[in-house]
Amino acid sequence: MKDIINNLNKIFDSRMRLGIMSVLMVNDWVEFKNMKEMLDATDGNLASHIKALEKNEYIEVRKMFVGRKPQTSYRVTKLGEKAFKNHLDALEKLLNSRD
Amino acid sequence: MQINFFIHYFELQSTFEMDDNRNNHVQELAYIRSMMEQSSRFISLSGLSGVAAGIVALMGAAAVYVYLGTSPFTGRKWYDVDNAATYEKWGMGYQTFFMLDALLVLCLAISIGYFFSRRKAKKAGQKLVTPSSMKLLSNFLIPLVSGGIFCLMLARYGYFGIIAPSMLIFYGLALINGSKYTLDDIRYLGFVELFLGLLATWFIGYGLLFWAIGFGVMHIVYGLRMYFKYDR
Repeated sequence: MKDIINNLNKIFDSRMRLGIMSVLMVNDWVEFKNMKEMLDATDGNLASHIKALEKNEYIEVRKMFVGRKPQTSYRVTKLGEKAFKNHLDALEKLLNSRD
Repeated sequence: MQINFFIHYFELQSTFEMDDNRNNHVQELAYIRSMMEQSSRFISLSGLSGVAAGIVALMGAAAVYVYLGTSPFTGRKWYDVDNAATYEKWGMGYQTFFMLDALLVLCLAISIGYFFSRRKAKKAGQKLVTPSSMKLLSNFLIPLVSGGIFCLMLARYGYFGIIAPSMLIFYGLALINGSKYTLDDIRYLGFVELFLGLLATWFIGYGLLFWAIGFGVMHIVYGLRMYFKYDR
């Protein structure tokens, strides 16, 4: 039981971060603007959570110019993918174990 | 020992708190699942598919112009049904030629579109048949197939003038309906087609011109736009 709790990743201990990871798991590069719409988040809130995930190298950032507008996109890294899958497994096990 | 300790720890907590905790996890999983489903879009749609479909459509429209012996902006006589019934060229009647031409354009556009999208999906290491691509297809086909049947009925009762505008309108609605599951550009293309279709209902007799702009020019424009935006 305790092991399962330990497997829950502290970094994903926020709904916004779960949302960001969920979106990135099933998409390739996702723009900041689109992410904001999908998660119904504010700029600041989303940016801070993205920064945290980026710091842990769970997601990577790409900045480029489309015409004159800067465009920032995100993608999940191999490490992030693995961590998120582990987190999901742990969540599922936790639920099943208490049935 | 540790496990025992943990179980006791949980037992000591009020059942309310436990349920609450469990509910949180259930909600978390549900949220993750819904975000994944909602956000997954079909992104293998190739811009080149659009360009190819546009070129095919223009060729189809050109064939009709040649068949009727007219050119854009001149004459509205070809929707004159009395005249049309007796019109014949290349050994084909008016209706046979139109059906054949439309069918050929449709088949060519779909197969070339499929080819380019499959190529793009392969390059990106993605599958063409995914839950999101199936959702895109079903949402796209519902208005489109209804529109197709509706247009056949229009032809059957001889309302030729309204067929091209109807095709544009239903196609626009199909694009808008499917766009939730693919690139945003498709949504805008849908609005353009819808607008062209509605406009064409006002200018009955110029249907083929609007058709050529909507299915030909607009596909090429949006196809190129998407190609330069995503495919390179």
